[in-house]
Amino acid sequence: MDAVSLKNIHKTYDKGNVIAVDDVSFDVKKGELFGLIGPDGAGKTSIFRILTTVLLADKGSASVAGFDVVKEYRAIRNRVGYMPGKFSLYQDLTIKENLEFFATVFDTSIEENYDLIKNIYDQISPFNDRRAGKLSGGMKQKLALCCALIHKPEVLLLDEPTTGVDAVSRKEFWDMLKDLKQQGITILVSTPYMDEANLCERIALIQNGKILSVETPENIVKAFPVTLYAAKSDNNYKLLTDFRNFDAVASAYASGEYMRIIVKDEHPDSITLLKDYAEKFGNRNVEIKIIAPTIEDNFIWLSQKEANH
Amino acid sequence: MEEKVIICNDLTKQFGDFYAVNKISFDVYKGEVFGFLGANGAGKTTAMRILCGLSYPTSGKASVAGFDVYKQQESIKKNIGYMSQKFSLYENLTVSENIEFFGGIYGVERSEISMRRTDLIERLGLEKEVNKMVGELPLGWKQKLAFSVAIFHQPRIVFLDEPTGGVDPVTRRQFWDMIYEAAAGGITVFVTTHYMDEAEYCNRISIMVDGRIEALDTPENLKKNYSASSMDEVFYQLARGAKRSDN
Repeated sequence: MDAVSLKNIHKTYDKGNVIAVDDVSFDVKKGELFGLIGPDGAGKTSIFRILTTVLLADKGSASVAGFDVVKEYRAIRNRVGYMPGKFSLYQDLTIKENLEFFATVFDTSIEENYDLIKNIYDQISPFNDRRAGKLSGGMKQKLALCCALIHKPEVLLLDEPTTGVDAVSRKEFWDMLKDLKQQGITILVSTPYMDEANLCERIALIQNGKILSVETPENIVKAFPVTLYAAKSDNNYKLLTDFRNFDAVASAYASGEYMRIIVKDEHPDSITLLKDYAEKFGNRNVEIKIIAPTIEDNFIWLSQKEANH
Repeated sequence: MEEKVIICNDLTKQFGDFYAVNKISFDVYKGEVFGFLGANGAGKTTAMRILCGLSYPTSGKASVAGFDVYKQQESIKKNIGYMSQKFSLYENLTVSENIEFFGGIYGVERSEISMRRTDLIERLGLEKEVNKMVGELPLGWKQKLAFSVAIFHQPRIVFLDEPTGGVDPVTRRQFWDMIYEAAAGGITVFVTTHYMDEAEYCNRISIMVDGRIEALDTPENLKKNYSASSMDEVFYQLARGAKRSDN
């Protein structure tokens, strides 16, 4: 049995004028760490709200922990832990009060499932009496995760838990998720950060309400259909502009230290060809090499393919 | 000798006995894309507010576009542009009205505004959206428009505070194209970001930890010096020892 299953889910807003979720289907296996990766407005939050039974889909069916999101919503609510994208704990309650509140609501106690939250809670418990509104971003995030775990959920639904959080806190957060996975909890997590996709076992790439691909991060990268070249010079902007005017180049885009180039026709001497062209136009210290595509390169490739469809 | 557009010497901002910014020194050159990184709470926002002429330092020296941060705040404001993910444009003004409003605020002549507006609308391909409310545009378009508006008055420097948060990768790359174009045209770009891969787009990067600048170099040299394969690793090595975080 899959821990989470969506079948042809549709969701529109504004009397059908805005399509938020467009025929989305995917399954998350029991115990899996699954990522929903896409930019703002892709439909991630609508999917989370449908799965947590706080929003009804227009069409399609979905289940969580084996229960139907419409008919058996009560059973689901006791079995999922949900961390919404917006910080939703009580700002005027302290760390301890928030935790006790959520424990009581689920008819349990902090002690009962202490093992599950111990590693995370230990990091914030020195500030037990501080109000949630006064915590740093990283601490709020840890408290929210503790509250989502307090009733020992089977499935954890985390909507953009790392957005706006700095790189160090983000890394710590992903380490915590790996620990929770070890304890058998299924995790569905969304993020706009493409680099976080590699930390999931499987990912669904989503844009404009449509799923572009569901795969392991390795396979998504492997599926990249063409050779990707990386290039740099003393003046990357000039080099980029020159390559865009080159007939043999299909696309060229900036990407950090090295820009990315895709050529129209694969050729064994493509590197020399590109280099000669660049030097002819006065670019200095030109370096060109073949580079492995990233999840982001794939996302761009897939979304452009979808757009040309 | 390259022209310096930002000069900072021992710049410090103290709140009581808390040093939000603690003796930072660095220069930024004309046409440079300068990445200003740091963990949450490291002091980036405080430093940036001083450089934008919005807050006085406690001690140290700094000049922006040749103007002193203590005595010439108003001149600084006229010579810089600013854009952030949170505040950019007025959602309930149209595309055209936003351009007019911000152009006017920055003292661009009326006739000049309408000329540059036509040109800008054409370059962004927003001809059909010109009378739409900005709130109705997709996020990516909003961000591209906001950047164009921030440099509409042709400032010497543009400050970008996490400009690309949440936008899709295609738009993010188009956005960086616009940044490179502005820099090639002589505008200095001062940018903060949480995307470490994005830091690699910058010519040079500074990394702040607990109010101090702990590292400043090209992405290539930083990776070399910290034996790291990515900026993410460099950042982690430097910032994991941080004592402070945000509020």
